[in-house]
Amino acid sequence: MTEMLPAQSLDRAAPEETSPTFSPEPPKPRRERSTGASIALHATLIGATIIALFPVVWVFLSSLKPRNSIQTSEITFLDNPTLENYRRVLFDTSFPTWFLNSVIVALFTMAIGIAMSATAGYALSRFNFPGKRGLMWVFLITQMFPVAILIVPIYTIMSRLGLIDTKASLIIAYCTVAVPFCAWMLRGYFDTIPKELDEAAALDGVGPFGTFWRVILPLARPGLAVTAFYTFLTAWGEVAYAIAFLQTEETLTLGAGLQQFVPRFNPQWDLLTAGSILIMLPAAIVFFFTQKHLVGGLTAGGTKG
Amino acid sequence: MSAAAVAPTRDQGRFRRSFDKNWYAWVMVVPTVLVLGVLVLYPLFQGIYQSFTNLNEGNKQEVICTKTLGGGEDCRDNPKKSQFVGVDNYVDLLTGTRGSFWLQFTNTIVWTVSCVFFHFTIGLGLAVMLNRRFKGRAFYRVLLIVPWAVPAFVSAFAWKFLFNPSFGLINTMLSGVGIDPVAWFDYRWTSMFTAIVTNVWLGVPFMMVAILGGLQSIPHDLYEAAEIDGASPWQRFRNITMPGLRPVSSTVILLGTIWTFNMFPIIFFVTGGQPAGQTEILVTGAYRAAFEGLRNYSLAATYGVLILSMLMVYAAAYRRVLRAQGEVF
Repeated sequence: MTEMLPAQSLDRAAPEETSPTFSPEPPKPRRERSTGASIALHATLIGATIIALFPVVWVFLSSLKPRNSIQTSEITFLDNPTLENYRRVLFDTSFPTWFLNSVIVALFTMAIGIAMSATAGYALSRFNFPGKRGLMWVFLITQMFPVAILIVPIYTIMSRLGLIDTKASLIIAYCTVAVPFCAWMLRGYFDTIPKELDEAAALDGVGPFGTFWRVILPLARPGLAVTAFYTFLTAWGEVAYAIAFLQTEETLTLGAGLQQFVPRFNPQWDLLTAGSILIMLPAAIVFFFTQKHLVGGLTAGGTKG
Repeated sequence: MSAAAVAPTRDQGRFRRSFDKNWYAWVMVVPTVLVLGVLVLYPLFQGIYQSFTNLNEGNKQEVICTKTLGGGEDCRDNPKKSQFVGVDNYVDLLTGTRGSFWLQFTNTIVWTVSCVFFHFTIGLGLAVMLNRRFKGRAFYRVLLIVPWAVPAFVSAFAWKFLFNPSFGLINTMLSGVGIDPVAWFDYRWTSMFTAIVTNVWLGVPFMMVAILGGLQSIPHDLYEAAEIDGASPWQRFRNITMPGLRPVSSTVILLGTIWTFNMFPIIFFVTGGQPAGQTEILVTGAYRAAFEGLRNYSLAATYGVLILSMLMVYAAAYRRVLRAQGEVF
């Protein structure tokens, strides 16, 4: 009774649901490629990689340049490299405050978003309850709502609740943006986990919540990783709600705060480049921990759409 | 199913069993439904209602309260409070009396079609290459996903920096090969071009990853069988890869279109509507109506309703086409 599932059955199920990405051997080559084709393949991919990385690298190199040599029309990769721009962003502006605000907002959005979309996705995947189809449709349709139509009414609601200019207002708003898509995606992922596991757990006397928590969630790690990545990035990079809801200097998040470096006619590129690099760091950390799951996690959701 | 083995003999038993299951399901769904209901559906209906009024910053208060001598408050109805104005906002917007709807509409179509087209074709091309076996595959894959991890407003700044007419790297390189520098933000279509390049750069990784997942779910035997039958690489691509990708590609194209249509930060930061509002799309137009100058909430809501109706028509038509081709979405 207390004994949950035989570990064996879990082990057997696991390889089934891991996506082909993790399989040690990629698809068997049909024929060996000729050297020419091989060179073309690598050349294309190297070209694409350069385009993918170049803007980031260039911003990074520029952030190391002294203030007056960022805006020259000569191509120099390094020009008296200095950390002066970073020092100014970190000590002479409110950037650290904004950064901390963004971290708090993004982490809470991530935690609440994962909790909500995982439970909702599991219910959609496993139970046939009345209203299920309708709910699936609502999830898809919410993707179509432009910020423009929601932002004013949400603003009104938030100000009635006294939440304007608080982090809570943003966390709630971001969850509404991210949860429908994540629930949809996770439902697809849960669908790939064999139902027999739930049934075996039920026979062992584990309730639905216990099954969900102890059996399904550990198996759904790739799907959850994608959800974490997606919710974090949604909150980290959002601007429209942030500008509308936040008003005082100390509560701004990065998206709203960075506006101050971009006056209409004279952007402060020295602060902007250094700030941009600092903003990318947390996203890069989250990316680093989730990237190997991205392909497998997203697939299941996509194919079962 | 174990439930079938012990099938209840009475309807009541079955009902209770189903109720037990539904109970759990609803508990799991309720938080999401509540939040969506309060923060999406209710605002939606309020927004639709607002689009039929003349609500703006100046008349949003329903009552005006003045402090009286006794320390109490005297509240009267605001004589100038917002009123129901019927379809005036729609007429004004669609006839161009206020705002420049059709310019923004054209921009939105150009923007959405070109972005989604390049997202999908480039994403597909890269995914097909990454699906082969060769050395360094995982390495390329990680690096190619990098733009996805860059927040949209940061990449907007990065590309605006690269496209800067006076010292941006792109103009510097152009003059390096003997082409005159381009004043990117002075013309409507060059300005649009910069925004599209930025968004394509930003959006390709999502497509690539989704399609790569789709490719890996195509059974490999199909390719082997086709090869035994002597199918050329192009025939294999057309007759196995493309149909096999249908479930993934139909979903990501639909979502991609919706997301791009409503993509706010890129246009807002890269072009900022330059020159003179000629590169605004509908979403940024709506945002400017709501939060710049005299805040015209009702006009923004009108924009919103129009955007939403267009997307719903599109999604319905898209689904119908898929269904006609025998695809259940």
